[in-house]
Formats: sequence, structure tokens, C-alpha cells
Amino acid sequence: MTTIDNRGDVNPVPLPGPTTGEPTTTGVPVMTQRADRRRKPSAPQEDRGALSSADWRRPSVKYTWTTLHVVMAVILVLWGLGPIVLLAKFAITPTMDINADPLGWFPNGVAWSNVTAAWNDIQISKYFWNTVVVAAGSWLTQMVVATTGGYVLSVLRPRWAKIINGAVLATLFVPAVVLLVPLYLVILHPPIIGHSMINTYWAVWLPAGASAFNVVLVARFFDSLPREVFEAARVDGAGPFRLFWSIVLPMSKPILGVVSVFAVIASWKDFLWPLLVLRDPDKQPLSVRLPTLAASTDTGVLMAALAISTLIPIAMFLIFQRMFLRGAGLGGAVKG
Amino acid sequence: MATDDVVLTKTPRPGSFRVHQRHRTRSPLSWVRGGGLSSLVFALPLLVTFAVFSWGPIVRAVVMSFQKTNLIVSEWVGWDNFQLVFSDPDLPVAIRNTIYFALLALVFGYPVPLVAAVLMSELRRGKGVFSALAYLPVVVPPVVAVLLWKFFYDPTESGVFNTILGWVGLGPYDWLNSSTMAMPSLVLEATWAAAGGTVIIYLAALTSVPPELYDAAEVDGASVWRKVWHVTMPQLRGILLITLILQIIGTAQVFLEPYLFTGGGPEKSTLTVLLLIYQYAFANSLGGNYGMATALSLLLAVFLAVMSLVYFRLTRSWSTS
Repeated sequence: MTTIDNRGDVNPVPLPGPTTGEPTTTGVPVMTQRADRRRKPSAPQEDRGALSSADWRRPSVKYTWTTLHVVMAVILVLWGLGPIVLLAKFAITPTMDINADPLGWFPNGVAWSNVTAAWNDIQISKYFWNTVVVAAGSWLTQMVVATTGGYVLSVLRPRWAKIINGAVLATLFVPAVVLLVPLYLVILHPPIIGHSMINTYWAVWLPAGASAFNVVLVARFFDSLPREVFEAARVDGAGPFRLFWSIVLPMSKPILGVVSVFAVIASWKDFLWPLLVLRDPDKQPLSVRLPTLAASTDTGVLMAALAISTLIPIAMFLIFQRMFLRGAGLGGAVKG
Repeated sequence: MATDDVVLTKTPRPGSFRVHQRHRTRSPLSWVRGGGLSSLVFALPLLVTFAVFSWGPIVRAVVMSFQKTNLIVSEWVGWDNFQLVFSDPDLPVAIRNTIYFALLALVFGYPVPLVAAVLMSELRRGKGVFSALAYLPVVVPPVVAVLLWKFFYDPTESGVFNTILGWVGLGPYDWLNSSTMAMPSLVLEATWAAAGGTVIIYLAALTSVPPELYDAAEVDGASVWRKVWHVTMPQLRGILLITLILQIIGTAQVFLEPYLFTGGGPEKSTLTVLLLIYQYAFANSLGGNYGMATALSLLLAVFLAVMSLVYFRLTRSWSTS
């Protein structure tokens, strides 16, 4: 909620569903052109696009599209991997070589010293751990608010839940920029507590919890859980707390995973908000600290620092790839 | 029955966990027994965080835009903040630059993911690898991406981009140092960083195109290109309209690129509306002009809301596929 999303990117949202079956790509045995055309709708659906197997057998189509795909593959590799591979290469190249011949293949050998210098000398280690602390706390508040809130809105459903639901949804339509200044003033003079939260991690952790997106996502998932299980638990004497902790949460691991991964990645990326509220360099996460360091750091060491900052998000992406790429939900939901 | 303490309201949802109850004679005890207290306890984290960090600040934004505040005393000043904003000579510059950024981002960034997704969806193998490649830049932290690209844009002859363009005899270019090239350079990086997300959305939409439509088109003897143009594209129309407006809303709030790449320069050529808001509020170390900042951010929000409404009204007739 507090991030000023300057990218205009839309995170693909895998809409949850406990019964999400994998899209079964049943390799339909290659039939003759005629049989293929006559395929009954009830037959196992071929995962096809505009081009049919028959089209692929026509030489003109085959060559055009293969060429297109090869060109696309080359561009995609340059686009997706190029800058990241260059970053990795710069991270272990002596500064002189980076500046003189950025695309040369290690003309004067490898400088692993960049990495150790970044980790120790410019204290990337400290900022790295700060980032971990920021991400962990933001994750925790988001989880607490989203799960308890979703539980009230979806499962307990008191009469006032509708009003809360509407008020939460409404915040989705307010651009984050509107919140920037007033939220900053809240942190400066928080209610009740009385003293400023500037330079404390609470200033990042707590506002992160007010994410309407997470609440909606989790509540929708809870909606899809079978009510019979809740009834059974209630008959067996489980109260609301027991039901929440022992039934609803364990059944919701998929969506909790999705929310967790996106929460950690988002707080790893966040820049403007921590920049405003964490003025003390000793408390700043990587994203806030790096631009300041960039001005005064040797290029090779800076590149190593940038590479270190990218490691965790890329590792998370590789591990949870399916979660990121299965954007099926949003596309499908919005399209209808 | 009517005065009884439990009355079923409406028809309860099938299998609903808690039958909706209405207590005509409510006592605290029956409220607690009915689960009212535990509902409240569970709602507390949400209510507190949203009240303090979301609903409160939104209301306060509206109030503050009519106030002059130095954090201790707030003084009611009517429309003064808005007048100050409108009389700022930087405002037209910022608006022009933001529109320019949004337009360039559309030209660079709108067709690219679409073409990529349509091509990718025709792949019979390796779709996963390709979509992962396209998405990879999206997970790079934005600050890292900007600092890395800033290095790529090094204006000397040995800068990364100048070296590459030098191979084909172009350049060297000034990139970020030139007031004409700075903005396109920013947009190029922003497109690199964002396009993957849109590709994934289109790919998902493409998998939901019913195969029968293609079968039917084939029966009618449609060529490959006609199938792409007359079946695939119309099926994507709804999602294309939505990504268009989402992209415009996103780019209208661009901050990170101009802030980190150029700081608004050279010669204010990359000063955007959000950068101006930031400058009003936080650039002055003596304490910012919070009233002006919230006034401008409200104006931006209202403009975006009105634009989205008009957009959906205008496109309603062709968004239903």
C-alpha cells in the first residue's frame, strides 16, 4: 500500500483455488489432418493456439513461425538475461576493465575481491540484514492482518463485515501517491504512542499491513473453502479461535505461500517509503542505501553490491517460478 | 416469533458457517455468545492498521490540502494550496513530461508484450523457459535496475550501450545527459523492467481462448494470420483495454526512474508530477510544503479517477467480447 508503484506493472496474481488443477497438457497424438479437424469438442482438449498441428506441417507456415520463434528467442535471451549476466560479470571484473572495455571477456582476470570488498568494506552485509529485517517484519504484519481480516470477512461474517469489506475495497482505488504525505505525518506523530516512529522499523512494518490487496486475496480464498468442514468442526466443539488456527490456516497454505512470496519481494523492492522514514543510514535497507553508495564507490565494488542485492529476489523467483508465472487467475478473472 | 431473539434474516448461504442472526433484544452477554466479541477480536488488526495507515491518511489528505501546516499548528487556508500549485511554473513542465513519459511508454511498452505473448503462445515446447526469461527483469529490484542501467548509459565511448552501438558505427550518444534523449532512456529502462509482467498476463489470457474458435475458423478456411487477427486479438480485447488503462495509471505516477536516473534534469526535461510532489514535501530540509504536496497528489488522483471512468464508459461497448 505504501509503495509508490512507478512501474505501472501489474503483478500477475495467481488467483487461488484449492482445487486448481494443473493445466493438463495432454499431448494429443498426431492425427491426420482430417481427423484433427473432426475432433469432437468432448475429446481431451488439445492445448492449442492459433496454429493447428496441420498448419505446422505446411512448410511455409513452419518456416515463418520457426524463424519468428528463433528471433524471439534471441531477443528474449538478450532482454531477460543480458543485463543480469552483465551485472554478474561486472561484479567480478576489475574496475579498470569495466570502465575501459565493459564487454571484453576478462582481459585482466577475475577480481573476486570486488565481492568481499562490497560485503565488508562498504558494509553491504549490514544493509543486507537490514533488508531481511524489513522484509520479515512487513511479511509478519501482512500475514496477521490478511489472515485475521480475511477470516472475519469470509468465515465469521458479522453483520458489519459488509461495511468493512467495502471500506477495504475502496482503498484499492486510491492511488498510493495520495497517502504519501499524510502517512508520513502519521509516522511523525503517531496517535496514542506519542513519539515519532521515524528511524524505527515499525514505520515500515505497520503500514505494510494495510494492504487491501492481500486481504481481498485471502478472503476470496477462504470463501472457496468447504463450509461443511467448518460446520463439522463447530459441531465437535471448536470455537472461532480453534477453527482459525487448526482448520482454516492449515487449509490455506497455498494462498499464504503466494501472499508471503509477494510480500517479501515487494518489501525487497520498496524504495520511496523506507527512504522517507528510515533516515539513519545504519537502519536503511539495500534499496535505500545503494543510490547513496553509488556516488562514492568504486564501480567494480558497486556492481558486486548490486549483484548481491539481486540474489535473493532472483533465487526466490527461481524457486517459486510457478507462483509468479501462473498469472492465469488475473487474466481469466478480468477477461470475463 | 417476531420478538423472539433469533430471527433468520434472508436465506442463509448454503452451508454458511454462522447463520445470520438478529437479536431484537440485545444484551452484551448474547452478543458475546453469538460470536460478536471474537469477531471483533479477529477484526482488530485489520481495523487498527487500516484506520491508522489507510483510511485515516486518505481523509487527512483531503483535509490537509486545504490547510497550511508546520506540523504543530494547522491553519485553514481554503483553496490557497491549489492556487499555489497552479501558479507554479514547474507544473506545466511536469505535466508535459509525465504525458510524454506515458506516451513513450505506450509506444515502447504496449505492443512489445503483446507480440511476445502471441508468438510465445504458439510455441509447442519451452513456453515455461521463455516466460521465465521475459519475467526475470521484473524481479530485479528497481533500484538495482536503475543503477545498472545508469552505468549502461555511460555517455563516454566505452559506455556499454555506446560500445554496442559503436560496432555498427553509431554514436556515441549522450543518453541521460541530453535533454532530448534523457526521457526516452528512462522509458527504455522502465519498459525493460515492467514488460515481463504484462507478457505473463497476456499469456494467461491466451490460454483461455477456446480452441473451438480456432477449429471453427479453420473449417471456414482461415489462414494463420487471419486466425491470429480475427480470433486471437478479439479474444484479448478485454484484457488489452484493462492493461492499457492500468499502464497509463502506473506511468502517470512514475517516480523512481526520474528520481534516481536524472533527479529531474537535465534542464527539468525529466521532472514528473510525482517528482514535483516529492520536491514540495520532502526536498526542502527546513520542512516541506505538505499542503501543496497533498493538493497536487489529490489533483492527480482525481484526474486519474475521472480519466478511468471516462475510459471505461467510452470503451464499454467494445470491451465485451
